[in-house]
Amino acid sequence: MTIRVIQQGLATTVQDLGRPGYYHLGIPLSGAMDRLALRAANLLVGNDEGAAALEAVFMGPTLEFTQDALVAVSGAEMVPKVDGDPRETWTSFAIKAGQSLSFEFLKSGARAYIAVSGGIDVPVVLGSRSTYALGALGGHEGRPLQAGDELPIGASSGEKGEGVRVAEAHRRGPGNPAELRMLPGLYWHRITEGSGYSFFDDTWKVAPEADRIGYRFRGGKKLEFVDREQPFGAGSDPSNIVDGCYPYGSIQVPGGTEPIVLHRDAVSGGGYFMLGTVISADMDLIGQLQPHTPAKFVEVTMEEALAARKDRQGLLDTIRASFG
Amino acid sequence: MPEHQIQSPLPGTFYRKPSPDQPEYKAVGDTVDAGEVIGLIEVMKSFHEIHADAAGIISEFLIENEEPVQAGQPVAILST
Repeated sequence: MTIRVIQQGLATTVQDLGRPGYYHLGIPLSGAMDRLALRAANLLVGNDEGAAALEAVFMGPTLEFTQDALVAVSGAEMVPKVDGDPRETWTSFAIKAGQSLSFEFLKSGARAYIAVSGGIDVPVVLGSRSTYALGALGGHEGRPLQAGDELPIGASSGEKGEGVRVAEAHRRGPGNPAELRMLPGLYWHRITEGSGYSFFDDTWKVAPEADRIGYRFRGGKKLEFVDREQPFGAGSDPSNIVDGCYPYGSIQVPGGTEPIVLHRDAVSGGGYFMLGTVISADMDLIGQLQPHTPAKFVEVTMEEALAARKDRQGLLDTIRASFG
Repeated sequence: MPEHQIQSPLPGTFYRKPSPDQPEYKAVGDTVDAGEVIGLIEVMKSFHEIHADAAGIISEFLIENEEPVQAGQPVAILST
């Protein structure tokens, strides 16, 4: 039992909740950029929350099913169509053998999660089915899907039927401007007080280059650095440091001009200073940002970051409970 | 004459030329066949062609070169 890829979309990849434990070796977590949306889509079709699904960015694929299945599409508002007939997002629907699944143009958000009952049954690599395309690891042959691919599907649990739905109040997406909460730190002391102020005051815009490795922002004022003699081993630019580890969500600003928030396919270390880290609760929101979307960074304390993480956990518990 | 809008399938940055030193794919008044390239969208460090999904004469471009575009946004109008 398989899904046949008729059109691949822009960059459609197999993703689950990722591959923890190898970041120190340079292999990032990978997995869904919007983890809550992935979990929700899986719950809607009776899968384990961490089953592998398809992540379609900006443009949906066209898929042909060779057997009956239950499908749910969450995350970005990209209306799915069964043989051309629209279906609701965040709601399970049936698809029959021989029918095709395609998508309308993206309306909002950036990444849609397409969960299929039974999950996408590609081989597990280092504990995960997620695709790390830069490292040609996991997923379907270590790469985004291409027309002609055949994806194996696991056995359905049969626990859910059509019309199971995540309530609108439980769906999450970024506002406009998107507000990304961050904990300043790491190398915050490298910029001047004035730049520390302008960084939060400016409205930035998502650069079209933003991808799974990092989300780049531009349009704010160039940051000014506190004068220093560069230490031995650091590059000559004031934004350089002696190489350090890069946390997920860390914000580096090469040359002081364009902040980059490292995301699920992050590189694990390098020689750029970091202003701080976007809190884990807001990482999913970044995965739903389109190019040119306005965004602001909002300073929070560790206590606020932990409270936000707890809220996020609570929301997931609420979604789980709503399905009984 | 009836009009047809060509929509961008993707969000990103719209380009009317294949590269900065080359002429525009199409100008206002040009005839296009269905499937012909009328521009590029840049997103995630790659370029994607926008194809005309009908034949006709280009009467207007709604998005300027190097301007942001959203998915589903009309980029050009054809007289068909």
